[in-house]
Amino acid sequence: MAEPSSIDLATEICGIGLDGPVLNGSGTFDALAARKVFGDALIEDFPFDCYVSKTITMNPRPGNPPYRLWETPSGMINSIGLPGPGLEGFLARDLDGLAEFGVPLIVSVMADQVEDFEVLVARVAARDEVAGIELNVSCPNVHSGLIVGEQPSETEALMKALRPITEKPLVVKLTPNVANPHEVAVAAEAGGADAVSMINTVKAAAIDPTVNRAWLGAGAGGLSGPAVRPIALAQVRAVAEAVTIPVIGMGGITDSESALEFILAGARVVAVGTENFRDPRAGNAVKDGLPAALRRRGFASLAEAQSATLG
Amino acid sequence: MPAEAGGRPDRVQAPFGRRLCEVIESRAAGGYRIFTLADQTGPPPAPGQFFMLAASPDWSGEGGRPYLPRAISHARVSEHVKGGLRLDFLIDEVGPGTSRLARMKPGDGCWVAGPFGGRFSLPKQLNSKAAGAILVGGGIGIAPMAVLRRELVDRGIPSRTLLGFRDQQHSGGIDELFGCEETRLAYEDGSSGHKGYVTDLLLQLLEGDDSGSAAVYSCGPPAMLEAVRQICLERGLPVELALESPMACGYGACFGCAVPKAEGGYMRLCIDGPVVRGDEIASAMAGEPAVG
Repeated sequence: MAEPSSIDLATEICGIGLDGPVLNGSGTFDALAARKVFGDALIEDFPFDCYVSKTITMNPRPGNPPYRLWETPSGMINSIGLPGPGLEGFLARDLDGLAEFGVPLIVSVMADQVEDFEVLVARVAARDEVAGIELNVSCPNVHSGLIVGEQPSETEALMKALRPITEKPLVVKLTPNVANPHEVAVAAEAGGADAVSMINTVKAAAIDPTVNRAWLGAGAGGLSGPAVRPIALAQVRAVAEAVTIPVIGMGGITDSESALEFILAGARVVAVGTENFRDPRAGNAVKDGLPAALRRRGFASLAEAQSATLG
Repeated sequence: MPAEAGGRPDRVQAPFGRRLCEVIESRAAGGYRIFTLADQTGPPPAPGQFFMLAASPDWSGEGGRPYLPRAISHARVSEHVKGGLRLDFLIDEVGPGTSRLARMKPGDGCWVAGPFGGRFSLPKQLNSKAAGAILVGGGIGIAPMAVLRRELVDRGIPSRTLLGFRDQQHSGGIDELFGCEETRLAYEDGSSGHKGYVTDLLLQLLEGDDSGSAAVYSCGPPAMLEAVRQICLERGLPVELALESPMACGYGACFGCAVPKAEGGYMRLCIDGPVVRGDEIASAMAGEPAVG
């Protein structure tokens, strides 16, 4: 009988070796800001086995006007608007620092036309510090007006354009705001994606409690936290059954038990998002609890859980 | 920003993660409450910094809120007889989070992360000609003013304190936090002190003052802060304001606490503030929280 501590959590995603299956959701943990706040303790005990950057765009963006947050029952709505330094600023100022955390780095990118996506992928993939690239496809294509990630054909076309640019893993971040996410996932795989990550936030709005207007500065935003976990589990399961590429599962993970639920639903690895806001060490807590959680469900290894099928 | 000015760091660094602290007191303070946490492992926070707080267990109440921790500045820090620190917080029940914090009883637990954010500058750092400080507090915003006042007293730096309240009910904490100290008070309902706004007191003080020798600090409702900011900007007086904003994390992760900068774009109030110079921001009104 294996001791809890002897359960090996090492795994891999798209050939990227990981000490464990816990990532962060893009845009939910600014490791550079956290290092300034917490100091080198963050490096010594980094919460994630692989770090996913916030989404990088071609040009610097200020982000959306306030208010950007609204607390909901068991969750929150955000409308942040991808503030960031732009591609050049990221490459020049942020990338070196992100490489110091000692875990593989996946860089999230977004553009509103394929030409910009091509530049972003080429420039980012050319850096040795970068293990993989996540494609944030929740933005409208300026030419078609359609949100890429909501259209299987747009997603497949984008993947086919980007696939020849790099041999590094390309991960498509799927939106939950479609009737059949697995159709988009199948299209991503057909276009050459190495993995999908899901779910992004669920489209949501809030009304100002005192004035008759929308609360969020941008009008609407995305719901996250435990409130979306059941939706995420259903979608992860549907997608995992429809594709052969691995799924990075996320949506309201708060602890090792909920992380394991995603593994059982078909995710290869998981990501912690909103819980990071409540606990800066949420990723550590999820990982630390996994051996016991695996054992409670009768698994001798992470791989057993990853290959288990739900009854 | 006067960060690192004088070789002194602009913030006390937070331990990585959150820690469970014991509630050791909770008492009424006018219409507010003051609760005290025993923080065994955290460092002494600096004036202007804040903590992310969440009652434990049972933080989330009926209806699933609160969910996120709440950003609260300490009102006082002192040594705990059992070791570590006593951290006092002044709380106004304006929503599910602050109400849950106010209901904590001695012996209960409270998750604490922080101290976060940067501190108030010292008067000489803010204004090299400053002979002293003027502190302008309003409502529960008197809490960080009390912490700053105490530090200035300890350092032998002269300061004058102006406090404003809507009415007696909304002046909770004043006796406990400023009891023995000289303050000038304004009540909007005229129940005590000057009848009117605390900014009236500030204008009176500045008329009789060599304005060039002051450094002004303020914390309170957004409309008050904006009035203080305008008064100081018009007179070329350096001023630091402690702002509030809806905030999920406190350590730069969520990007939710955006405050418009004077130069355009936004700052993250949790790591670039919560103390900002008056000329850094476009307005003190922009980030007013209403989530409680």
